[in-house]
Amino acid sequence: METMTADEARAEARTLRASLRRAERRRTLRGLGLALPLILFTLVFFVLPIAGMLVKAVQNGPMPDILPQTSALLQQWRASEERAVPDEAVFAAFAGELRAASQNRTLPELATRLNFENAGYRSLLMSTARRLPEAPAGTWRDTFTGLNPQWGEVSIWAALGRASPRLTDGYVLAALDHRRDDNDHIQPTDPSRAVYVASLTRTLEISATVTLLCLVLAYPLAYRLATLPESTANLLMILVLLPFWTSLLVRTASWLVILQREGPLNEALQWLGLIDQPLQLVFNRPGVVIAMTHVLLPFMVLPIYSVMRGIPPNYMRAATSLGAPFLTAFRRVYFPLSLPGVTAGCLLVFILAIGYYITPLLIGGANDQMVSALIAFLTLQTLNWGLAAALGTVLLVITIALYFVYTRVVGTDGMKLG
Amino acid sequence: MAVLAFLVLPLMVIVPISFSSASFLSLPIPGFSLRWYEALLTSEAWGRAFLNSLIVGSIATTIAVVLGTLAAVGLHRNEFRGKALLMGVLISPMIVPIVIVALGSYFFYAPLGLASSLLGLGLAHAALGAPFVLVTVSATLTGFDANLARAAASLGASPLTVFRRVTLPVIAPGVISGALFAFVTSFDEVVVALFLTGPLQRTLPRQMFDGIRENISPTILAAATLLIVLAVGLLLTAELLRRRSLRLRGIS
Repeated sequence: METMTADEARAEARTLRASLRRAERRRTLRGLGLALPLILFTLVFFVLPIAGMLVKAVQNGPMPDILPQTSALLQQWRASEERAVPDEAVFAAFAGELRAASQNRTLPELATRLNFENAGYRSLLMSTARRLPEAPAGTWRDTFTGLNPQWGEVSIWAALGRASPRLTDGYVLAALDHRRDDNDHIQPTDPSRAVYVASLTRTLEISATVTLLCLVLAYPLAYRLATLPESTANLLMILVLLPFWTSLLVRTASWLVILQREGPLNEALQWLGLIDQPLQLVFNRPGVVIAMTHVLLPFMVLPIYSVMRGIPPNYMRAATSLGAPFLTAFRRVYFPLSLPGVTAGCLLVFILAIGYYITPLLIGGANDQMVSALIAFLTLQTLNWGLAAALGTVLLVITIALYFVYTRVVGTDGMKLG
Repeated sequence: MAVLAFLVLPLMVIVPISFSSASFLSLPIPGFSLRWYEALLTSEAWGRAFLNSLIVGSIATTIAVVLGTLAAVGLHRNEFRGKALLMGVLISPMIVPIVIVALGSYFFYAPLGLASSLLGLGLAHAALGAPFVLVTVSATLTGFDANLARAAASLGASPLTVFRRVTLPVIAPGVISGALFAFVTSFDEVVVALFLTGPLQRTLPRQMFDGIRENISPTILAAATLLIVLAVGLLLTAELLRRRSLRLRGIS
């Protein structure tokens, strides 16, 4: 009969533990192997494009490739504290490279980039390149200022200087309504052109209003559903879920029809004698808020409802049997218990609201456009991709911060549907 | 309860108007007519848009379902460091503003030759739909009795057989409702479509969007009504599946 010494028993336990750990690790790895296709797919077709956008937000543009020597010289020039018009060496290098760019047709690309610095620099650059002589008349500097006196000012050189490095903070600054002046000091943008922070604030404002309205509407509904027998509640839940499954465009279109001047809502209000004149409800803020509240309401009802379902009815009964009036019992017992659902719903609705684009675009007026619409406009209309990407980056940072709070408070398991 | 009316009534308003014989959008309708449906169903533009949407939706749903289900099975009851972060990233397509996805794809797909192609749009939509499958399948797996799989394996079934014959039938409702979510996500997605498609790849939502933007006509309301019917069908299917899944897992 073998007997184990204490040491042997410990060794045995160790190997057992080790083999258990090995088995566990194998299982983890096998599971990860199954998840790998999705992980890779998400990385390539979701994370990578977004990372590309982040890069675009700090990528400066084509100048270091088109005018390499000028770019290098201007970067040295930027290092000096006192800004004066650069010396003849810079002018000479610029003249040569400008002609080359004009010949191999890369100039328009550069002109477009420079136009983001100051509308008007495109034509300055193009017309100068067209009329530039082969050899200087006197100095290159005199030749350039002879063609256009702007070449004798610091501003254009500062703009070229800002375009000369590979990376820039210019777009991100612009997205926050700031810019670098001729001395590279950060300054607020001229108020007449400062539209981006205003659009971000507006986005947050609309989202907060919509979140609040959703909460006010969803809480009583969720409470009512939670106090009904489960089978009835499930049936009524279908009504909550129907808009959820219906196309966003369909819902937006119906609101356009309902809210228009001759629409059913105005006619009903007039028939009831509540108003004399039809109200203007579309292409303004109330229309956007109403439609977005309708679209996002299910996302508020679902989490609140599922938390309320889990609150045992005995608690309220206990509180009222101990003499608390219904409202006190509700305020002190039920409401605190339902708070996790409220937090989850509010965060979810707010996160979804700040990214809204279609509904404000179709129902709102010019002053109700959210930041997404501005991003789309910059990308598809003005083709200022750097600025679009920078604005997208700001929006993404806000979303990720809120999402981080959400996963901390609610967890990813809280993302339930239906 | 009034809130329920607020949720549902706006959808119902457009249904009667789509049957109006007049071209203005107000109630009550002057007479009943199917002319807008006729205009819709005989229109070549709407037909092509519908077909494009079906193609994109099928690509997106197939990829999302296969990858999402595999990942849900692999990650279920599998705890490791960084799992929360991984889940956070995998779920994030559900919450990242769609315009950011659109912008990123716009830059990313052009050099790959995937811009202005139905395949490119389908891939982008698959990334958006996969988290829905992951979430719904994970939810059905929470009630899954792992002993069933162990029993099958101990009786000599290969892992693939266990998955096909034991796991899959139990999680099937989750897989199908995930597929419905993924399909609807793609079928209703307009922002990425706006960035990625040219005139030839115009999808149904894009067609509707342009229509609403230019001049909202009863034809659009006819299309909207058909989409509501589709939504009701999908919703009822999803609800039936949910109940079936609860029954299968012995929860109710």
